[in-house]
Amino acid sequence: MIIRQRPRHPIPSSEITPKSVFEDRRRVLKTLGFGGLAATMPLWLPDQAAAAWRPAEGKALSGTPHPKYNAQVLGQEPASFEVVSTYNNFYEFGTGKGDPADNAGNFKTTPWTIKVEGAVEKPGTYDIDDLIKAEDIEDRVYRFRCVEAWSMVVPWLGVPLAKVIQRLNPTSKAKYVYFETVFDPDQMPGQRRPYLEWPYKEGLRMDEAMNPLTLLAVGVHGQVMPNQNGAPIRLIVPWKYGFKSIKSIVLMRFVEKEPPTSWSIANGREYGFYSNVNPNVSHPRWSQATEKKIGLNNIFGLPIRQPTLMFNGYEDEVASLYAGMDLKKFF
Amino acid sequence: MNKETRLNWVLKPLVHAAALGPLVWLVWLGMHGQFGPNPAEFINRYTGDWAIRLLLIALAVTPVRGITGLAVVMRFRRMLGLYAFFYALLHVSSYVALDQYFAWAAIWQDILKRNYITVGMLGLVILTALAVTSPKAMVKKMGGRNWQRLHKLVYVAAVAAPVHFFMMRKGFQIEPLIYGGIAGLLLAYRAIAWIKMRMRSRAARADVQAA
Repeated sequence: MIIRQRPRHPIPSSEITPKSVFEDRRRVLKTLGFGGLAATMPLWLPDQAAAAWRPAEGKALSGTPHPKYNAQVLGQEPASFEVVSTYNNFYEFGTGKGDPADNAGNFKTTPWTIKVEGAVEKPGTYDIDDLIKAEDIEDRVYRFRCVEAWSMVVPWLGVPLAKVIQRLNPTSKAKYVYFETVFDPDQMPGQRRPYLEWPYKEGLRMDEAMNPLTLLAVGVHGQVMPNQNGAPIRLIVPWKYGFKSIKSIVLMRFVEKEPPTSWSIANGREYGFYSNVNPNVSHPRWSQATEKKIGLNNIFGLPIRQPTLMFNGYEDEVASLYAGMDLKKFF
Repeated sequence: MNKETRLNWVLKPLVHAAALGPLVWLVWLGMHGQFGPNPAEFINRYTGDWAIRLLLIALAVTPVRGITGLAVVMRFRRMLGLYAFFYALLHVSSYVALDQYFAWAAIWQDILKRNYITVGMLGLVILTALAVTSPKAMVKKMGGRNWQRLHKLVYVAAVAAPVHFFMMRKGFQIEPLIYGGIAGLLLAYRAIAWIKMRMRSRAARADVQAA
């Protein structure tokens, strides 16, 4: 049995806003009106804002277990923390699977802000603590399927992206959300190489972003997100190939047109905008009919191979998003 | 110690040891649980790297002799080529056995459909043909001319290997290009040598006619 204890999040005195400043800010806000200031203010006023919930790397973090997206319902045990945190594709830290774990140790994720811009009523630069509320964090076990025909079962901790987007009030012009990873070649040795067009770019159609499955993940396996897994905040879109789940996000832009993505720029014939997991549409490099389950071994200590499921097993949840679309064309 | 004894009892064992070193290291890593969560991938990459490296080393033998005049290196050419084949065979075996678990239908589909695997398999077929015909007896049986013609196919393998590697990698990666560049230099050396030879023989013919 797993006994999970909710960690307490003590607020250091340095984080507490002095009353005078707090009240003064209120006064300033009142005088100037909200409109002009929205761009620089946090999403919630201090009395509503969650305290800095983010513990240091390697520290416990917990979320409300999801009634459906758990290991029991999924029927497979999650890959161990060891596997999840040592077998990574994160080209910003090198192209080998072990490179991110080797090279991301000193990556600085505090403080972390995300710029929100484009067709949205509340643009601005938000601190991650303001964007993610501790009480919204859920514990969800998802299948994770890489385009390279391997997969893992991973227990993520995160907040539905829809919850965050709703608070930002996108306008009717927002048809897509575009994301960027931080660009910091000093800290990310891979960005000094021309592997991809940096910074890493990804995007979702608005209805994909608003689907309840889509997560902004901030932790994994009961811990705050390890650097090599895309700390401090990354996307998880479980019905799409892993490269859609952009890591270390610093920009969210609401746009009208389908945005270019790093992999489609690198090779549009192989990597489409949608990149839904689909065993019937094979990739030029990999038949997508089966996958190797990393972390679930057979008697020889090798990962089992199993058939890949349509939309990675989330057909009920997402098939309607693509009704009438030729998935061979919009791959 | 005369030259022949030194070759057979010192130099050859040294080259064997060097060529088997990577395999010994691989086994050591395996015994110490260093393959990571996807052993098939690790072994496949590792043996593929060494297949390319040994192929390029084998192809460097002739240029080294030409440039340094060191004739003894030619005695290692066949051996190095066979080691390249050996690692290529391990590379493909790891794919067949550890990655695909002998799913022959899927493997056949891969060979036909995945261009990088098609190119890689072409390289393996060539190396196999060269390995099978490598004994001295085969040279006699086939006739020196035919044998040489067949073994020129190693140049095709020298191109296929880095191309296969480059196509396999995602994004724009430098490592396969380095191997490709080295293969290019080794082939360019031969192209230049061939052109020089042609010019020389033409000049000789012209001399004969003039005389």
